[in-house]
Amino acid sequence: MADRGMNERVQKLRKQSVETQATLDMERARLFTEAYKMYEGTCSVPEVRALCLKYYFERKKLYLGKGELILGEKGSAPQAAPSFPELCCHTAEDLHVMNDRKIVNFKVTPEDIKFQEEVLIPYWENRSTRHKILEHMTPEWKAAYGAGIFTEFMEQRGPGHTVGSEKIYRKGFLDRKAEIQAALDKLDFLNDPEALEKQSELNAMLIDCDAIMILGKRYADLCREEAEKTDDPQWKEELLLLASNCDVVPAHAPETFHQAIQMYWFVHLAVTTELNPWDAYSPGRFDQHLNRFYEKDVADGILTRDRALELMECLWVKFNNQPAPPKVGITLKESSTYTDFANFNTGGITPEGEDGVNEVSYIILDCMDEMRLVQPNSNVQISRKTPQKFLKRACEISRQGWGQPAFYNTEAIVQELLNAGKTIEDARRGGCSGCVETGAFGNEAYILTGYFNLPKIFELTLFNGYDHVSGQQLGPQTGYAKDFKTYDELWAAYKTQVEYFVDIKVRGSNVIEKIFADYMPAPFLSIITNDCISKGKDYNAGGARYNTNYIQGVGIGTITDCLSAVKYNVFDNQNFTMEEMIEAMQDNFEGHDRILNLVRNKTPKYGNDDDYADTIMKEVFHLYQKSVTGRPNMKGGTYRVDMLPTTCHVYFGDVMMASPNGRLAHQPVSEGISPEKGADIYGPTAVIKSCAKMDHLSTGGTLLNQKFTPEVVAGEQGLDNMADLIRTYFNMDGHHIQFNVVGRETLKEAQAKPEEYKELIVRVAGYSDYFRNLDKPLQDEIINRTEQSFGGCC
Amino acid sequence: MSKPLIFNIQKYSVHDGEGIRTTVFFKGCPISCQWCHNPESQSYKKELLFHKSRCTSCGECIRSCPERAISYVGENHDVWTDRNKCTLCGTCLDVCVHNVREEAGKEYEIPELIKELEKDKMFYEQSGGGITLSGGEVLAQDMDYIEALVRRLHDKGYSVNFDTCGCVPYDHFKRVLPYADTFLYDIKLMDPELHRKYVGKDNQLILENLKKLSDDGGKINLRLPLIDGVNASDEYIQEVIDFLVKNNIRIYKTNLLKYHSTGSGKYEKLGRPYHGENMGVPEQSWLESVMETFKKNGFADIKIGG
Repeated sequence: MADRGMNERVQKLRKQSVETQATLDMERARLFTEAYKMYEGTCSVPEVRALCLKYYFERKKLYLGKGELILGEKGSAPQAAPSFPELCCHTAEDLHVMNDRKIVNFKVTPEDIKFQEEVLIPYWENRSTRHKILEHMTPEWKAAYGAGIFTEFMEQRGPGHTVGSEKIYRKGFLDRKAEIQAALDKLDFLNDPEALEKQSELNAMLIDCDAIMILGKRYADLCREEAEKTDDPQWKEELLLLASNCDVVPAHAPETFHQAIQMYWFVHLAVTTELNPWDAYSPGRFDQHLNRFYEKDVADGILTRDRALELMECLWVKFNNQPAPPKVGITLKESSTYTDFANFNTGGITPEGEDGVNEVSYIILDCMDEMRLVQPNSNVQISRKTPQKFLKRACEISRQGWGQPAFYNTEAIVQELLNAGKTIEDARRGGCSGCVETGAFGNEAYILTGYFNLPKIFELTLFNGYDHVSGQQLGPQTGYAKDFKTYDELWAAYKTQVEYFVDIKVRGSNVIEKIFADYMPAPFLSIITNDCISKGKDYNAGGARYNTNYIQGVGIGTITDCLSAVKYNVFDNQNFTMEEMIEAMQDNFEGHDRILNLVRNKTPKYGNDDDYADTIMKEVFHLYQKSVTGRPNMKGGTYRVDMLPTTCHVYFGDVMMASPNGRLAHQPVSEGISPEKGADIYGPTAVIKSCAKMDHLSTGGTLLNQKFTPEVVAGEQGLDNMADLIRTYFNMDGHHIQFNVVGRETLKEAQAKPEEYKELIVRVAGYSDYFRNLDKPLQDEIINRTEQSFGGCC
Repeated sequence: MSKPLIFNIQKYSVHDGEGIRTTVFFKGCPISCQWCHNPESQSYKKELLFHKSRCTSCGECIRSCPERAISYVGENHDVWTDRNKCTLCGTCLDVCVHNVREEAGKEYEIPELIKELEKDKMFYEQSGGGITLSGGEVLAQDMDYIEALVRRLHDKGYSVNFDTCGCVPYDHFKRVLPYADTFLYDIKLMDPELHRKYVGKDNQLILENLKKLSDDGGKINLRLPLIDGVNASDEYIQEVIDFLVKNNIRIYKTNLLKYHSTGSGKYEKLGRPYHGENMGVPEQSWLESVMETFKKNGFADIKIGG
């Protein structure tokens, strides 16, 4: 296929980005380790962290590719992924796995492995936060974690996905230094017992301001050097322009559209180099932030729409150049994405509550349409005020079938944030990041702590808390299936089990949070997050204005259908007994055709606008939501729930035996808030009605996947119908919806002949990825998601 | 008042009029088009669809059938139902663990049906959609029931479309006209003999009703199923246009419906022969030329597809 990109420059850069093999880049690990060895023990922990970043930016190899208009790479070249040994130190085996695996691999050289074994492992093995975390977890936590009751995000990465605000573009880092110095001057050593900690943190922030400015200065110098050397007059002129941009940012506030994008990218590099190694930093409401630069430059006659689009496309290439850092251990083996989850929210409303769509919004849509890259994750916010033209343009891109943009409901986001105690302005500045997680951009540390396996806990409930898959007693002894004489008794047991495991999960997360606060502060991120400077506190220690921990519930469709299967067939209609059902589950339904047929085909199921099943869904949701919401975290905030799976529904299904709803052993559980595969038979409106019965506004985000065949959304009418479907779901307070518009046959063929479908991108969960990069169970799962296709009658 | 049978309630129906709609398919039709892709819509009685691919020949239905209507046939022990003996008692539906049979035809009390149709009202409001009554033939059902249904839906403010073949007494149109939004009205053939051959009845009543409906102010969306080998010719198109112009029939919208053979599998499930083998899908370029012809004759809103 033809190279994508609006002109030759972008096409070249994009091609390089897409075709370059990902590598492991040891430079960061080497320089950070040198710096740790030099500074550790000589000053406070935040200052050590800041000195490391500065040491790295002073020495890192700078990449400058011909034709680039935005400067800077996290590693030493495009697709070079640094590692973070202070968080989690790869074993030599990990390096072999990442090099040898067929998909999503990273090339590793023998020298890298030698360096890992001789330098990094001896130093970091017992010092990494991962090591500290695992030492502090209880046997109950380890057993539940190992059995797949829940996962833990921070076990091997920094507290994830933070989003920038307009603050980034308001001031330069020289101005920030003055602000930090003012906070230092105000410290009250006479009365404030925390004054010394605050001083250390603020000192660290000062060092980090220098660090990013050193990076900018080095780029300005490099561009001038290259300009001297080059014979190409156009490139020479561009290099001098890039140099003059770097004279302004990041030291000073950006003055032009071009400088504003460069400013963002420098900040992005610093945040993701400092700590945030997986779940990248996001620009958030980029169209809102950049519009004033765009308007001014166009009025001044120094910018055209085409040039703005070209700069945006160059930024897109930069995002795509950064593969997520390779994970370790089992997570590395299971992970099947290079995606770093940087997320754009285009559209929505302004902080004053007016329609936020502007010209830059449409430029971003054109850019994502043209570039068609899996990174950044480009999505739109749709409010009641959003023009139909914008919604339809977004639908037009979405129906091409590669999953972007997804659609977020602005009014739901604002209400969710208000419910969580944010001010109205902060709520309107907010949006979604990662997949669908709601946050007050620039003002909030909202941490994903891990996925929670709701159907697996029901499995344990049927066996008195015993897990037959891992062969151990995991939960409290609440009775065996046959002991429950009524549905209410069964429900009470399930409730006890859920609450027990939420306790274990929260206890673990609280300890992990404290370890991060003490050992892994993020002073750079703290500079640009309100109100870390004024509080003198780190982002990871409660410095942000708001602090939320999310636990993401998985498998609501499966658990609902399981409970419905038992309630309907065992208690309400006596179609079979509990003993018969347990036997069928243990036999993976082999030889139990009658029971399988009853639970699969003749039982009310979630996703059909059927109140019998949907009422159960609401009860499960409330149980989970109430068990989690409002518990205090260690940063002065609270825990809340999200309902999203990323790819975890495949793993969570793999650790389970067959379920009462007819799901066979080790098959994936349902994803997001979507119905169990094949359970929904009345089309998209019924799915949407069922999903909308959940109280989305009491969550921090829910995820709904809809798969259409291309014919359903073809033509102008197809576009209108798609837009109306979205509007209606959002009128009912739905949080998010996304579409896969690819025929089942196409997907099956792509699975058989991956080489012919290299460019095929599909929506996985809250993000899109190359179909060829997904492992087979996930490919199968996407193929089997219910496809909505309807003809008429003539 | 006897209750008609409904064989499907199709939500997110986007090809039967404006917006997102729910279409109710009534069972039973006065005509039987050879190309009909919903053959289970033709009979006014309940029927069983038999999904052969699901059947394992376990014999449970054979053992349980009180009429002894089911037996094995052939060396593969295929299960066969003698539809003459079958009384549709439903016993075999209950005992089959593979869900091989599906009952086509269900009765609804009007309030129960309305409750089902109102489930998607937020979609109708957003999209300007509503409810479409189709079939089979909706206007060949018990008209007390149909009139009561459409009046209540109309009173609740819903747009109600009628998808009709037109082959019913005109009085039936008159009864629903005050409450109807649009009539999706089919013309299938202009030649009465060919019409009788392919559809089972001649077309005189259909064409008369169309004229009367137009004269009485009915909003008509003309739908022309076009099938290679049956009616996909320039001459036929000209005949249709001449008829419309001569009788001064007002058409607000026209759909050219391309024949598709997706219904053929259903004939097997019903145990009936299918006569559509020689019917073909017309060329896209020809359909586009038909669009042009209609436009030239002053029919502005015309579209290929539903």
